[in-house]
Amino acid sequence: MKEMKIAKNEVVSFLDSLIREYKVFAPVKRDSFVVFQEIHSGSEALLDYANSKKPPKEIFFPQSEVMFAYSLHGEGLGIEEPAFEEKPRVIFGIRPCDARSLVILDDIFNSEMYKDVYYIDKREKTLVIATGCNQPNSTCFCTSLGGGPFSRDGSDLLLVDIGQEYVVQAVTEKGEQFLKKHSEFKDVDEHSLSLMRNVIETAGALIKSKVETEEIKEKLDRMFDDPFWDLVHEKCLGCAICTYLCPTCHCFDIADEATDHRGKRIRIWDSCAFPMFTLEASGVNPRPTNKERTRQRIMHKFKYFVDNHGMAACVGCGRCIKECPVNLDIRAVLNSILNR
Amino acid sequence: MKNLYLPLAMRAEKIVIETEDKNIKTFSLSFLNKEDGSSFNYLPGQFAQLSVLGKGEAPFGIASSPTQPGELEFTVNKVGVVTVALHNLEEGEIIGIRGPLGSCFPIEAFEGKNIVIIGGGFAFTTLHSLIRYILYQENRSRFGNVIVIYGARSPGLLLYKDELKQWEARPDLDLHLTVDKADDGWRGKVGVVPNVIKEVAPSSENAYAIVCGPPIMIKFTLPVLRDLGFLPERIVLSLEMKMKCGIGMCGRCNIGNKYVCKEGPIFTLAHLNELSGEY
Repeated sequence: MKEMKIAKNEVVSFLDSLIREYKVFAPVKRDSFVVFQEIHSGSEALLDYANSKKPPKEIFFPQSEVMFAYSLHGEGLGIEEPAFEEKPRVIFGIRPCDARSLVILDDIFNSEMYKDVYYIDKREKTLVIATGCNQPNSTCFCTSLGGGPFSRDGSDLLLVDIGQEYVVQAVTEKGEQFLKKHSEFKDVDEHSLSLMRNVIETAGALIKSKVETEEIKEKLDRMFDDPFWDLVHEKCLGCAICTYLCPTCHCFDIADEATDHRGKRIRIWDSCAFPMFTLEASGVNPRPTNKERTRQRIMHKFKYFVDNHGMAACVGCGRCIKECPVNLDIRAVLNSILNR
Repeated sequence: MKNLYLPLAMRAEKIVIETEDKNIKTFSLSFLNKEDGSSFNYLPGQFAQLSVLGKGEAPFGIASSPTQPGELEFTVNKVGVVTVALHNLEEGEIIGIRGPLGSCFPIEAFEGKNIVIIGGGFAFTTLHSLIRYILYQENRSRFGNVIVIYGARSPGLLLYKDELKQWEARPDLDLHLTVDKADDGWRGKVGVVPNVIKEVAPSSENAYAIVCGPPIMIKFTLPVLRDLGFLPERIVLSLEMKMKCGIGMCGRCNIGNKYVCKEGPIFTLAHLNELSGEY
């Protein structure tokens, strides 16, 4: 693995130089919270933050997105696809948990059987630069799900904060080419590398919450009809914030916006927490109450996804724990499942 | 890379009211661009997403058979936004289509077997596709005896009435029509589908049973088939769920770890039993 370094005080000018060539996304402060958005100056980027409130998945899978515009004219149907990305893109400062979520989303949107052009176009044109977590949050539980504060899955480059500078690890070939191309990256000495190793070794222990997820799937295999579901959903309000803020949740709705003979087909984030999600036109709803919907969310993440993709659809980012209005903590739910 | 979300344009060539309550219509569609038609290769059991642009998109089983190239048929019950918009269409109007989607009936496995087709209500559409496919001159000899048991609440609610008459006359098809409630002119059976299956008692020897109908019919049909000796591997069902993308991404049509749009809609009962309590 190729490693180089960049001084922290050079990051702003480095981002400025990137902006000339790439569309650059970085964490920025908006009102009282942090979000990922396109920056037009390196100084907009927030280097010192825990994690964004909204996951950066929207850079690849926007909350609403035009799929095509159409026009109906006498004898035919005109379909116009949206403009796909022209510029290469860089996402800077994504956390390792969110970078891992891209591996999960890749399995959905870029499967062998079906390809989603909207997602794949954005994903392929984006270089992912992650920043490891020297100080994880109390709600972080990435190490329970195969990740960690310096996990490299899903990243092209990983930055490790060693004080005055970052050590930059090239994770992919794409990342290595990028390192070679930009003169802001300098050769790294043994002193910096040993600092890096020290940071990485100690960070894992800073993740205090741990759930033994290995056994969850086996438990869930036998729990579809368990009375557990009668109780666990009771305090859930069905607000769906857990799914909206989840970096791996990818359910969407498709709707038309029309004026006369023209219009657009749009896709919008949707959620299994909503009753309308599965409501059929006949009035039949296979998931009629919060019980079935809560079960679907947990089963999908920790059983069905494991069955189909060999990994859980959760990276332990903790957003659903932090933002749930009734403190329904997924770690507690998982622990109760383990005790069944 | 092909954009799987873009609908192809089709013209509604012919729209026929199927039932006396006028709630079900069959749409015969042709591709505006003939090349689109030649790349739309499907088999009975598959479905497609129909778009009434501005109103939205919904999935429908394909009612026509690939043995009639150049046109597609869909039989649509008027229940929601898209189906109402389809019913409001006039002949000559343009709609969109995406597909074919999902799995087809296991036709290769059916070859050389006796086929028992059981349908109820408007779920008969993809069975209609399958029957036409089997009866097609060049295909018929690939299959054994064919028994069709098809029921509706009343004679006026049966689909494809003209074609049913033709099928009744065929020596190579054993057709049993039944209604819950007869009217004066009715000459077929009276009674619910599971009872008619008991009466007809098709042999499970070297046979497949294919069942499409309302959940209540399926619930009472499966024990009858079991008593006749049909193994779960030899019972084929078609499922329906609300869908949006049709390609396993939007997340709403799963039963357990299977997506009805992707792994389905056609499943054997053995497959569904593996989904434990979830089906």
